[in-house]
Amino acid sequence: MKEIVIISGKGGTGKTSLTAAFATLAAKRGKAVFADCDVDAADLHLVFAPEIRERHEFISGHVARVDPKKCLSSGEDGSCSKCIELCRFGAIKHSYKTGCEVDEGSCEGCGVCVKFCPTSGIDFIDRRCGEWYVSDTRFGTLVHAALDTRAENSGKLVTTVRKEAKRVAEGQGADLIIVDGSPGTGCPVIASITGADAVVIVTEPTMSGQHDLERVASLARHFAIPFSVIVNKADINQTMADATESWCARNGVPFLGMIPYDRAVTKAQIEGKSVIEHQIKCGVDKTGNRDVSQLIAKAWDLLC
Amino acid sequence: MRIAVASGKGGTGKTTIAVSLALSAPGNVQLLDCDVEEPNAGIFLAQRDTSESPITVPVPVIDETKCVACGECASFCEFNAIVHIGTTVMVFPELCHSCGGCALVCPSKAIHEEPSAIGMLTTSEVPRYGLPPLDFYQGLLTIGKAMSPPVIRAVKDRAIKDHAVKDSADCFTIIDAPPGTSCPMGTAVTGADYVILVTEPTPFGLHDLDLAVKTVRKMGIPFGVIINRSDSGDDRVVDYCARESIRILMQIPEDRRVARGYSEGKPLVMSAPEYRKKFTALAELLVGEHQ
Repeated sequence: MKEIVIISGKGGTGKTSLTAAFATLAAKRGKAVFADCDVDAADLHLVFAPEIRERHEFISGHVARVDPKKCLSSGEDGSCSKCIELCRFGAIKHSYKTGCEVDEGSCEGCGVCVKFCPTSGIDFIDRRCGEWYVSDTRFGTLVHAALDTRAENSGKLVTTVRKEAKRVAEGQGADLIIVDGSPGTGCPVIASITGADAVVIVTEPTMSGQHDLERVASLARHFAIPFSVIVNKADINQTMADATESWCARNGVPFLGMIPYDRAVTKAQIEGKSVIEHQIKCGVDKTGNRDVSQLIAKAWDLLC
Repeated sequence: MRIAVASGKGGTGKTTIAVSLALSAPGNVQLLDCDVEEPNAGIFLAQRDTSESPITVPVPVIDETKCVACGECASFCEFNAIVHIGTTVMVFPELCHSCGGCALVCPSKAIHEEPSAIGMLTTSEVPRYGLPPLDFYQGLLTIGKAMSPPVIRAVKDRAIKDHAVKDSADCFTIIDAPPGTSCPMGTAVTGADYVILVTEPTPFGLHDLDLAVKTVRKMGIPFGVIINRSDSGDDRVVDYCARESIRILMQIPEDRRVARGYSEGKPLVMSAPEYRKKFTALAELLVGEHQ
């Protein structure tokens, strides 16, 4: 079984649109399972239109909560500020009415305040960080998730989604998992790519795109994961796109091709379709729609 | 006044807006690139007097001559950054959240903390035509490091410190936040007086805008929306803003000049100079409302 993860470094390069296009091609050729690991701003479901089959709460780590009855700082004679002094995340504030209070969004869940509160007045409760789902879609099974607002542990949620996708794929005898990753180089991205068979980096021909490509390529190298590159919206600046291709050649990075900018991609998204499906319905038009689909299909052939 | 420029979805134009606002706002301006995993604002700025300093976090170091391998530290650590096997205690600094708990719980005082580099802070000055120069701060997370919030906090702390030294009460601080709505975004936006949410008129843009709106509402910070490439999709974002009584601060139609300029590292207000006035007016409007 092969697991391919699509990432971008920079946001908005077309990662999810391309993942949906790849999914259409993969579903035509065999059995595949899909995972949306951009848990922080998951969008793949907007194209996949999933029918949720399983819904699971994602509980990870803890959060501190002060019991006002036990807090020495509540009321008028309050003078204890042990938890505030010890908290390195500025997550505890003092109010004269209720005593110490934890801002859950800032709480790291380290447990220092819980341990050192002189009256044992701080509870350490399980933290709900979001939900994850197993769903039926027209392409195959999709494992996806939604992180709660300002939640922590996005990396762990990504790991959960990937693990579940693998389990589903094994159960179904699928030979391919396609993963939509998240932008950046931090915690959720590291969790998305570690141990994957192949990474595809979607970039755009801009200085920002090239800068972010180089950083995320270093990340893939750091974790020794093979990766290839595809340039989206290539004709925004063909010179930059060519420069990216030469950069790949110089660095021994497989180059999957260039996709021109096409409003059909946005149109397809508005209709809740992948750009490949959009073409099937609308036929080939003079906007170069067919070219986009063909070029994506060519890239997919190179990849698999 | 402190303004954060954020968005749920990546690539909607956060940096474009933050840079344009920073180049057009009157008075003393600070621009903080807090998208530390992929900082891009610097690409658009003519920086001078650049200086760099490492950003560190404290991580535990165990003095083996004092350690009795009791395992208190390992069982306390919520992040599995310390592992206790038999008579050995091992530290995994990359998992450490720098809470300091292990040093506090160690009964034989065998743990102290040492700084470990996780990123780089770059400060510079950017000349602005007819305006005081811009103070620019950029945080950069080292490749392979997972946790961006401490780097974001370091950038903000430094800017606040500089601000205090200058004692310029009228300073206008702009924070270019990372995408998403989880801890890095929350860390960047915390403490802001106003948030500008940048979106695009597509289903992905709308879906992620809604997540960002919920986040900012939960944080209790006033906000408005800028719709970038405003004619590239459909009307659902505009309808959503009307329904939710959200103010649309600006709409920027798709423009080949701007896209081309962006690709070459040229700020919006230079590829399309007519926007300079609009951003100056936006800065004045937000400051006026804040006072």
